Parts: sequence; C-alpha cells; structure tokens
Amino acid sequence: MSQTIEVKFFASLREQVGVAQLQIGVTSLDALRDALQEQLSEDKFEHLLAPNIRLAINQELVEGNWRESSLALANGDEVAFLPPVTGG
Amino acid sequence: MGQLIHIQQQDFSVDDAYKAMRDAYGSEVGGIASFVGLVRDRNAKAGDGGKVQTLTLEHYPGMTEKSIEKILGHAEERWPLLGCHVIHRVGTMAPSEQIVLVMVASAHRDAAFAGAQYIMDCLKTEAVFWKNEQSDLGQGWVESTSEDQARAKLWD
Repeated sequence: MSQTIEVKFFASLREQVGVAQLQIGVTSLDALRDALQEQLSEDKFEHLLAPNIRLAINQELVEGNWRESSLALANGDEVAFLPPVTGG
Repeated sequence: MGQLIHIQQQDFSVDDAYKAMRDAYGSEVGGIASFVGLVRDRNAKAGDGGKVQTLTLEHYPGMTEKSIEKILGHAEERWPLLGCHVIHRVGTMAPSEQIVLVMVASAHRDAAFAGAQYIMDCLKTEAVFWKNEQSDLGQGWVESTSEDQARAKLWD
C-alpha cells in the first residue's frame, strides 16, 4: 500500500530544517520519525525533537508525548512541527 | 455567542469593528471592552537593545483560526459573553502599526473586561502565530516568554 504524508515545518523550524514541506510515504508516526531521521542531518533532526516542539496532525495538536507515539497515519494526512507560538 | 475571527494582511479599523459589534448584538449589550496590540520598536530579545524596523508574523492557515475558535469557546464557557471578535494581522508590519484587536460584548462590564483579558492572554500562548523581528542588529524569531506563560496559567 502506498500513501503520502504531507509534513510541514513552521517559523524557526522551517529555517533550521531548510524546507517548508516534505512528502513522505509512511503509515505511522514512529515510521515518520525514522524516515525524517534518515532524510535529515543529525542536527536538523535534533531540532524537531526539542522538548518545546509540538506536533499537529491534520491541524489538531497531538496530546501527550508524540516522540514516543506510534499513531497510525492515513493517506494525505498533514503532520506539522510547531515551535512555541508567539502571537498576540 | 457570536464569534468573528479574521486573519488578514491589511490593517483594520477599530471604529468599523466597534460599529459592527454594536450592530450585531443589539440592546442586550451593556458594554464592549476592546484591546488593540501594536508593534513595539523595542527588540523583544532581552538585553540585545536593538530597534525593531519591521515585524513579520507567520501563521498556519486553518489551524490558526481553529486555535482562536477554541480560545473564544473557552471564554464563552467562563463568562456570559454576547460576542467576541478577533482580528489578527499576518505579514510584515512597522513599529506603531496595529497587530491585533480583541473586542468583547457582554451585558455587564466584569465579563467584558475579564473575557477580553483572558482572550488576549491565551492569544499569546495558544494561538498559532510566530513573530520574526527585523532590527538594526539583524533578524530573529521572537521567543515565547515565561511571563506570558505565567499569565496564561493564572486562568487555569
């Protein structure tokens, strides 16, 4: 089964990773972490795992520790890495 | 409760927003509280002392609106509000320009004041925006402050 996940990086993370968006063919969050670790250099991948980074799937924040989650992902899901927000 | 959330590049008119709010909620409204956030020229980076030339706000279209809807929903659960309007700008702004408007209508002042303050505190910590400052010392992403986190926590 082949499927594509849209991965987005915002603000400081976009600059640190060097791209705004990647398309990755995985079916779960743990597989996505493995794929990103493989694709990105070590320091870029470390930025994604920083303790203050939040993760959203289809624009909903993932509750709990997404770094240890193996949540299933469906074709076309949008996964976004969000640095701490600074609006207002 | 009526909600209105606008994310936009262009500036906004407080007069127009006020008029829209008065027209929308009728004579049940006993008071309207509003807050307008402006771009400061002082660099947010502690001790760096740079003068801000421009401020650029980035957002996540779709999720940003949802994050504000949630904040307004929580405000509605806590106080008897008749209407909450939020206008938040994105893109690049100069010092003294307006960034954000929070306007709250209620039958009584206590709810209007408290609701507006709550919404503003939560916009700082929960709404999905990121600020990048361009100053005479370079550019950089604004970091979230422990003061803002502490303020928002007071409402827990």
